Amino acid sequence: MITSAFSSFATVTSTLSSSAWIDILTAPFMVNAAIAGLLISLAAGFIGYFVIARKSAFAAHALAHIGLPGATGAVLIGIPVNIGLGVFALAGALTIGALGKKAGKREVATGSILAFALGLGLFFSRLSSAASQQMQAILFGSILTITSGQLWAFLVVDIVLFAVLALIYHPLLFSTVDENVAQAKGVPITAMNLIFMALMALVVTVSSQAVGTLLIFALVVTPAAAANTLTRSPLSSMIWGSVICLFSIWGGLVISTVLPTPPSFVIVTLSTLVWAISQGIAAARK
Amino acid sequence: MQKLSHHMMAVHQTCHQTASPVAAVQFSHVSVQRGKRIIWSHGTFQIPPHSVVAIVGTNGAGKTTLLNVELGLIPVKTGTVRIWGEPAGTANQHIGYVPQNYATDIDSNITAEQSVALGLIGTRFGIHRLKNSQKAAITHALELSGIADKANLRLSEMSGGMRQRVAIAQALVSNPQLLLLDEPFANLDIPGQRELVRVLADLNEKYNMTIQIVSHDLNLLLPILTGAIYLLDGHPHYAPVGNVMDSKLLTHLYGTHVEVLKTAEGDMYVRPDPAVEPKGRSEHMHTPAEAASFHVSREPGGEDNS
Repeated sequence: MITSAFSSFATVTSTLSSSAWIDILTAPFMVNAAIAGLLISLAAGFIGYFVIARKSAFAAHALAHIGLPGATGAVLIGIPVNIGLGVFALAGALTIGALGKKAGKREVATGSILAFALGLGLFFSRLSSAASQQMQAILFGSILTITSGQLWAFLVVDIVLFAVLALIYHPLLFSTVDENVAQAKGVPITAMNLIFMALMALVVTVSSQAVGTLLIFALVVTPAAAANTLTRSPLSSMIWGSVICLFSIWGGLVISTVLPTPPSFVIVTLSTLVWAISQGIAAARK
Repeated sequence: MQKLSHHMMAVHQTCHQTASPVAAVQFSHVSVQRGKRIIWSHGTFQIPPHSVVAIVGTNGAGKTTLLNVELGLIPVKTGTVRIWGEPAGTANQHIGYVPQNYATDIDSNITAEQSVALGLIGTRFGIHRLKNSQKAAITHALELSGIADKANLRLSEMSGGMRQRVAIAQALVSNPQLLLLDEPFANLDIPGQRELVRVLADLNEKYNMTIQIVSHDLNLLLPILTGAIYLLDGHPHYAPVGNVMDSKLLTHLYGTHVEVLKTAEGDMYVRPDPAVEPKGRSEHMHTPAEAASFHVSREPGGEDNS
């Protein structure tokens, strides 16, 4: 249902005059999408810094996929998709977190579980036609269908994220820079790792609403990576990561209104473009 | 040669008589087990305050483990470890720790200065702004370790040697009484190594710091060493410098011929490759078998047995 709404929306926009797409940009579903974009960007930019610094990009990618069977399973048993995705992502995060910071580099183990989770997600989706219909939205996002209820949930996630980050910022950064020294100085590194992974699972769950589980990298990792190359302090990297993320999502919403393209495609394109430019700047500096 | 050695012993003993009675590091019958393997055992020794002590031993002998035991990060199987009279792990705020490979596992834009700041506020929960006194301490620590001019460079832009200096600055910034360094020379070029020795000498003299250094290169450290912990045959021993810096012991320790030369000034040099030396010098050499018999009777203060 969502996907068909999607494609018909794209078809409609392609035939609209310029005054009509201004109406679309101010329509309630678009306002919801814009607010969601802001809330997602704040979360993704701030957690993204630690994802990059702790070299956990692949773990972030994997968490979204581990969430997939949760999402399709949720449809199967008739509970909200986000809850199913979130529960699976959180369980995956705590498992990877319990294995330690270096687990992020266990690519074979993480990748194998990722593939299995995707397969399981497909299996669940085949068990019910409802789940099957939602599959594309889960994989590639459906930012235009975000409800006010979901926005409140996103706001709660942001508040939790910022409250926890404010509390553990210094110890988390210390354990990120050097786990041995941080541990020697009394930082509870296992707790830091578990909290970080849990926060990442929350952000992945929220962000997958915008671009889907397959394209999550472009929101949680790519903008943070671009910001990391261009800035010289953790805080400025987080802020710029959020700004790049917001630019990508809002840009994606505007451009996909004017041009007959799915928003996820434009969001991912813009985010990758900014990253490519940042890499070019970094290369030019050397 | 023997006379010189005794002379140096006497000098060090008089130094230590004036020191505070609480040992910087005290091991009593300590053994450490990881998995099913006993790393080392029967560790009983004291390191006096104000010492500069090398930790020597072959690869895998448990040198880094020893540091981790002092930090209380690895539980001991038997015995007790006390740092300044407190159980290991309870006084870590007074210990500066410089790991072997600092910040190699990070891809971040954090700068040297921000990294050193973590040595002051890195364990604190909540948001903290740096006070002016803390900023001054950070600058001072960066100056001491010789990278004040690179304070705003990112760790990711730094070489291994430069990161090593950041690690040292981070350890120094909290003004520790005990400084533990794990292979600090490994990433440094020769001027950097000499400079670090000078810095360590300064910290020891001006700031009264007790220093322990895991290192294979004793040549560099000899001018400032007051003693050494040697991990030999599965046991850690401590001996003042005149005792341990001996060709027989080092030969046995590393399982290869190591020669100690003493110059007229009393300086000693470890020559790991006597094969390239003039033939006349081989008289100081001992076979590993001789060295082994030498080792058995050798405990701190027992130099007469040799």
